[in-house]
Amino acid sequence: MTTTQRDPVLVVLQLSGGNDYLNTVIPYGDPLYRDNRPAVVIPEGQELALDDQVGLHPSMGPLKSLYDEGKLAIIHGVGYADSIRSHFRSMDIWHTCEPDKMGTEGWLGVAARELDPRKENIVTTVSFGPSLFRALVSPDVPVACVDNLETYGLLTDIASADERTKILDRFTRMYAPAVGGDFVMDYLGQTGLEAMDGADILKVAPGLYSSDVEYAETTIAQKLKGVAQIHLANLGTRIFYCDHSGFDTHANQLGVHATLWKDVSEAIDDFFTDLREHDAADNVVMLLFSEFGRRVHDNGSGTDHGSAGLAFVIGESVKGGQYGEFPSRKTADLQQGDLVPNLDFRGLYSTVLEDWLGLDAKPIVNGTFEKPKFL
Amino acid sequence: MTSDKIALMAHLMRRGGFGAGREELEARAAKGYEATVEDLVNPREEPVDRYEFLRYHPGYIRHITSPGMGSANWLHTLINTQRPLEEKMVLFWHHVFATGASKVDHWHELVAQVDMFRERGMGNYRDMLVALAKNPAMIYWLDNCDNHGYAVNENWGRELLELFSMGVGNYTEEDVQECSRAFTGWTIAPVPPRIYYGRFDWHFDYKEEDHDDGEKTFLGHTGRFNGEDIINIVCQQPATAQFVARHLYNFFVADEPQVPAWSATPPQDPEAIDTLAKTFMDSGYEIAPVLRVLFNSDFFKNARFAKIKSPAEVVVGTLRFAGGAEFPAPGIGNLAKNTGYMGQELLNPPSVEGWHTGVEWINSGALMKRINFAAEMLGDVDRPGIQDIIGRLQVQGELPPEEFVDSCLDLIGPLEVKPETRLQLVEHATEKGALRWGTEREVGVSTERVGEILKLIASVREYQYS
Repeated sequence: MTTTQRDPVLVVLQLSGGNDYLNTVIPYGDPLYRDNRPAVVIPEGQELALDDQVGLHPSMGPLKSLYDEGKLAIIHGVGYADSIRSHFRSMDIWHTCEPDKMGTEGWLGVAARELDPRKENIVTTVSFGPSLFRALVSPDVPVACVDNLETYGLLTDIASADERTKILDRFTRMYAPAVGGDFVMDYLGQTGLEAMDGADILKVAPGLYSSDVEYAETTIAQKLKGVAQIHLANLGTRIFYCDHSGFDTHANQLGVHATLWKDVSEAIDDFFTDLREHDAADNVVMLLFSEFGRRVHDNGSGTDHGSAGLAFVIGESVKGGQYGEFPSRKTADLQQGDLVPNLDFRGLYSTVLEDWLGLDAKPIVNGTFEKPKFL
Repeated sequence: MTSDKIALMAHLMRRGGFGAGREELEARAAKGYEATVEDLVNPREEPVDRYEFLRYHPGYIRHITSPGMGSANWLHTLINTQRPLEEKMVLFWHHVFATGASKVDHWHELVAQVDMFRERGMGNYRDMLVALAKNPAMIYWLDNCDNHGYAVNENWGRELLELFSMGVGNYTEEDVQECSRAFTGWTIAPVPPRIYYGRFDWHFDYKEEDHDDGEKTFLGHTGRFNGEDIINIVCQQPATAQFVARHLYNFFVADEPQVPAWSATPPQDPEAIDTLAKTFMDSGYEIAPVLRVLFNSDFFKNARFAKIKSPAEVVVGTLRFAGGAEFPAPGIGNLAKNTGYMGQELLNPPSVEGWHTGVEWINSGALMKRINFAAEMLGDVDRPGIQDIIGRLQVQGELPPEEFVDSCLDLIGPLEVKPETRLQLVEHATEKGALRWGTEREVGVSTERVGEILKLIASVREYQYS
């Protein structure tokens, strides 16, 4: 396990919609790339070359810098056997580590329970976004779901502080666990109490925060700013989760994909610059993944759902570089026109769980898988 | 009027609409349950006047577009409609055929899509699928405008089978490809406006030269299929009837697991699903007969408070009950954002899968917003619906704390709560004694207390159920 003075923190940034592997880490040295991409192609020379074989998308400048500094690991060929091309089922599989049946528990929900088994900190996990990601779901594991840190709080319209205290006291008693309650009532009760307590804890973060970093006005930059505020407030949060959507580029991919990666790259740059400015970057690792890659051959304007994808892991403690093997683009090696995954995503998770969070991965990812050694 | 008749009618109106105040419940209960189901399925009231909204919000008239305009426009209809089931079905199809502003970015076309759901929502499902396949917002949303004879784009073809009709596990990857080929050339064209400013309207366009007219094999049938042939074959599949029935059950009766789990998790009440699916098939894919069977069934009547309200139900139900939002006042744009804060931005679902419903609506952030919104509205004693409650309490004269609480729970639903919840409400009411209306001062104090107890009732767990 990597040792850090402070507890290790994981930030997951989910790229929703299926990110196009081939135009993110571009195999520009391979003529098959250009053969397969008559329309959705990054022109030769525009890629940000990492070596004589592959280069990053031209709008990923900040990530190229992190790569050059040895803080960004590229994990090639990630996926799972018999890849499913449905967004929803595939995302469920990534969230629950259950490719063969419907899983109910998310991998980070289980991890959070292991990190804080006695629920000593109800903000161990903080999720940014209007709805709860299945990756974070596990019975009895609290998750604070925040959309706007500034206005987070219960019954804040009651003007009199005295009256509000009384009502909240009543609320606490009404939401207390009851004997013989059913699952949904219990869940509502627990969520209500956690909402109230979590808001009390989290609302201090923006007030404590000051920074020279001006985050971009994009949604992803603003989410990562919220992550930074909570992280810098030292509230003991160990898992942050957020997503950026729009990667389902069936059409007009070139412009859309460039904007997506520009926004994501700049936001990540803002985030780590902010953390470094506050000397709080060394215990943070960020994982980026998408539910699948996209088809090798383009459809004239975009690309359809594919199979193998890639992941990025970023942080001061990360051993930068490239891990695993870029799957073959040869026609004979493709399955239904798609790249074949050669690294099970549960191996990627295992590295993060064991070599960063210090947990036993096997019961969380349901098995033992080859671990890329980026930590 | 027995209280059980009122409670049953309240259940029907919550599910088949967005709830109803006491006066409406009494009138409907007097008319009878089955007669009310008929009224819901065959509405005779006047539709909401679209132009009332536009008259006060000329900036919302095409061709200007910005996020939220469409949902404010739709919210006005949701609050005001006197044809509640028709509007509930618009919401239902929006859940199933989820199309979002995040990509379409053209509110007028999104509203045109929900207008289509209003027109066809209780009609024929096959005809609706054909209309959906030709709906410009859907064509753009799922890239069928990029589905060419020479370069197939599978997005629409796949979702038609996976999310709009049969469900995963009932077709092969080859079926997806063949289905997509049949819809090549089904595209959109812009309607150039007289003034070239902002978004152009779209209309459906069939480009024969871009259609792949070759032979296709789809679900065991072979022929030179076009899109409508594919939809006809899809509708004949028992899987489609089961899929539609399960959606209706999840939306109107009781919470089911999410759609991706359906291939692996059987329905909680397979008999109910079979009943609905059979009605659907027997009627030649008509929706109205299925709804009639559903609302008159015992499995529906026995499912009171068996569902978590969707954010749209929380917001629209609370606003219709409290009243005061009927007029499209300047704040309606902000009001319309509330469903989004609770995890359901209308006309902008997170993906084509739609929203995850039931208990998945609830997380700490969303629950906080739900409670805050309902408490603010129901605790506002100036709103007509709350004035009505105060009036009804006042005619009961002096009310001891227990009766005060029971009357409020009755008038707000009737809402069934756990004994522990009721006990806390009664204890809270007891702190200030009986409710009195003798003097002007007492009326003032009591009015304030009604607002306070309704605020507390709006924040109980049971209020989250439909």
